[in-house]
Amino acid sequence: MEKLLLILLGSIFVNNFVLSKFLGICPFLGVSKKVETAVGMGLAVTFVMALASVMSYLVHYFLLVPLKIEYMQTIAFILVIAALVQLVEMALQKLVPSLYQALGVYLPLITTNCAVLGVAIININEGYNLLETLVNGIGGAVGFTVAIVLFAGIRERLEMSAIPKPLEGFPIALISSGLMAIAFMGFAGII
Amino acid sequence: MKTKPMAILKNGLFNENPTFRLVLGMCPTLAITRNMFNGIGMGLAATFVLVGSNSVISLLRSFIPDKVRIPAYVVVIAAFVTIVQLLLKAYMPALDDSLGLFIPLIVVNCIILGRAEAFAGKNSLGASFLDGVGMGLGFTGALLLVSFFREVLGNGSLFGFELFGKGFEPVRMMIQPPGGFITLGLLLGAINKISMFRKHRKGAH
Repeated sequence: MEKLLLILLGSIFVNNFVLSKFLGICPFLGVSKKVETAVGMGLAVTFVMALASVMSYLVHYFLLVPLKIEYMQTIAFILVIAALVQLVEMALQKLVPSLYQALGVYLPLITTNCAVLGVAIININEGYNLLETLVNGIGGAVGFTVAIVLFAGIRERLEMSAIPKPLEGFPIALISSGLMAIAFMGFAGII
Repeated sequence: MKTKPMAILKNGLFNENPTFRLVLGMCPTLAITRNMFNGIGMGLAATFVLVGSNSVISLLRSFIPDKVRIPAYVVVIAAFVTIVQLLLKAYMPALDDSLGLFIPLIVVNCIILGRAEAFAGKNSLGASFLDGVGMGLGFTGALLLVSFFREVLGNGSLFGFELFGKGFEPVRMMIQPPGGFITLGLLLGAINKISMFRKHRKGAH
């Protein structure tokens, strides 16, 4: 139990996926102009990351290891994630149209979100069991959501301020995420 | 589309530099640029994958049905990434250790899928090959530029050689995560400034 809590807190704050492991930077910069869209993206990522962690765990231990083809990990995992995203999209469209309306546009983007593939590989490298895998997946995704929503809040304010012309857009976004990363370094002490 | 070979190469290196112009492939750019060795290793690994996947996709472009082209591209890319992974593990274990997770993550580097979709799926083998080389070297150049500043300021060294002697107190933050964001942000700003200045001068004439 204590270990699970440590994994959860660790993956949300200390090893925040975006700000300390640099996973999922593209959506972090791309979909963070408004708080609402950031929340949508965060939820979609959480959903897919939890599922992908579990699925890739099962594929690794019940398919790749018995067949002794662990070196196919990268190919197998990216296919699992692509298929999963596709299935989630279809299932949501049929079963929960309202949620699909809200998350629809973000889902296809998630296939190329390196946080999803990243968490799948980290789980295997760390030798987590199924429960720890799930907790790490959810924790990582919550960390992503926290970072992207906070960052969207900052960017909404930045819209109003006078920024030197060459720094507009991506440069100022990167510099402010750097400052956020400094703040998150403060969490390093809690574990 | 007929374009001159040099124009395609130059396009990747400067005009549409994947990092500074298209702002793609940010994750590795920020994560592994702690020192120049990592920068060059990651750059060349990505170049290899890019050249390979661009060539194969361009050869297969009339066989791949349009509807499943993205999954097909991803499989081709993943195959090349696996090749790089195995080669690095066998011949350069130190580099493999230090790049770690980001080697398999080349699969989801948007530069590679982006070039497959935007260029290799529509152009001849020769042109796609050159596009891969140009984009790959453009990416490598960008990684080297970022890691140059981070290694010199954050560690006081260049390719591992001490530069300043004992009196120098390195800014540790530069090789930690915040340094990556801030360096890249300032570099992008500087490049914008230069291109604005050049445009301005052109306009004056």
